[in-house]
Amino acid sequence: MSTPPANGQRNGPSNGSATERLAAQLSSVLDGAEVTDLVRLSGGASRETWRFTAHGDAADGAGTRPLILQRQRAGDGRDMGVEASVLRAAGAAGMPVAQVVASGTGDDSPLEASFMVMTAVEGETIARKILRDDEYAEARRVLPAQLGAALAQLHAIPVDAAPGLVEQDQIAYYRGVMDTLGQPHPTFELAFRWLEQHRPTSPRTTIVHGDFRLGNVIVGPDGLRAVLDWELAHLGDPMEDLGWLCVKAWRFGSRLPVAGVGEYRQLFEAYEAAGGGRVDPDEARWWEVLGTLKWGIMCILQCSAHMNGFSRSHELAAIGRRVCENEHDLFLALEGRW
Amino acid sequence: MIPHDMPSSRELVESVREWLERDVLTGTTGRLQFHARVAINVLAMVERELAVGAEQAAAHQARLDALGCADEAELAAKIRTGELDGDLDRVRELVWASVRDKLSVANPKYLEP
Repeated sequence: MSTPPANGQRNGPSNGSATERLAAQLSSVLDGAEVTDLVRLSGGASRETWRFTAHGDAADGAGTRPLILQRQRAGDGRDMGVEASVLRAAGAAGMPVAQVVASGTGDDSPLEASFMVMTAVEGETIARKILRDDEYAEARRVLPAQLGAALAQLHAIPVDAAPGLVEQDQIAYYRGVMDTLGQPHPTFELAFRWLEQHRPTSPRTTIVHGDFRLGNVIVGPDGLRAVLDWELAHLGDPMEDLGWLCVKAWRFGSRLPVAGVGEYRQLFEAYEAAGGGRVDPDEARWWEVLGTLKWGIMCILQCSAHMNGFSRSHELAAIGRRVCENEHDLFLALEGRW
Repeated sequence: MIPHDMPSSRELVESVREWLERDVLTGTTGRLQFHARVAINVLAMVERELAVGAEQAAAHQARLDALGCADEAELAAKIRTGELDGDLDRVRELVWASVRDKLSVANPKYLEP
């Protein structure tokens, strides 16, 4: 999303007794470890994120360590259990990710909702800092290769390692979303038509992260530390992740196409060298165009949350007027390719 | 003609934007300052639209007329069904012109190379 993440910001005063209750519930899923310093980091529409310190949990040899809790809100139909299994499989495959310490699903879970407890990984997630601060100069140099290698590791995982992931035709899905929104955009129709007429001919099917970009990775001065936000993971063409990473919105104003830190060739070479398979730049570009279109539609969706009264906000309203930036990006991405 | 006294709607919006820039931006920090900045951008956008809106509306309508469409919805539908496939170069040229008009109001900096 384009708004600054709420990292480090406590959203509203927590109800003391509710927080104590959550601490007790966390203790019960961590074999009686003592839970202190429990604070809420952010509260999205679909999930809450909390940080706390666990003292004496058995899995940590009874030590003291910072942990992160993600808890799903009522009404979100997604199964966090699938996400936890993908995250465990990614960790087992050697990808840099937080380690899942505990997880549970459904209303009868000890936390009254689906949840995951993970190790806290120190570092920065705010893209503009990673792209501009001197502290991350070395990270920027190594990130293109690290991002490519991490994706190669992910895409090598057998698809049955995380049961419950589904594949869907994204063109059909997003066309449906557009029609539901009822705000026709001729540029998007031109892009849909181009995408239909230029579909990759022999796509592979792998586990796909689904939102792999700056903002969803933790970076230290030494480079990539952990890949976060697995809630959009699904089965599909692995090139989707490479294309999404190059969408112009995720360059955050940088001129470099790969996450604002690298050239296409650096990403593709690192991906291939790490065993990801050969990259056809035209196929990656196809997914970048689809990604640009998807982000445009997501901007309309965010604006709709204001317009339909779900979340009245001038910030969300203004995002509606950013849709034309995506239209502009689509024309640039397709110049000479129509 | 409109019956209203001075200032114009554009000048009213401008006065609020100036207050946000002068007093609110400097007197706030963090999240509130960020939202003040968003508000300033929104009002500046409205000012630009009030300045060129009528002219852009006429140009947009002329482009739709040239493609034989009453509105954006009809144009979008005709692109989807393939009805305009024989004329896509012209369709793209005219749609691109509308996108540039939208950006010149929403975020003129985006048009800079």
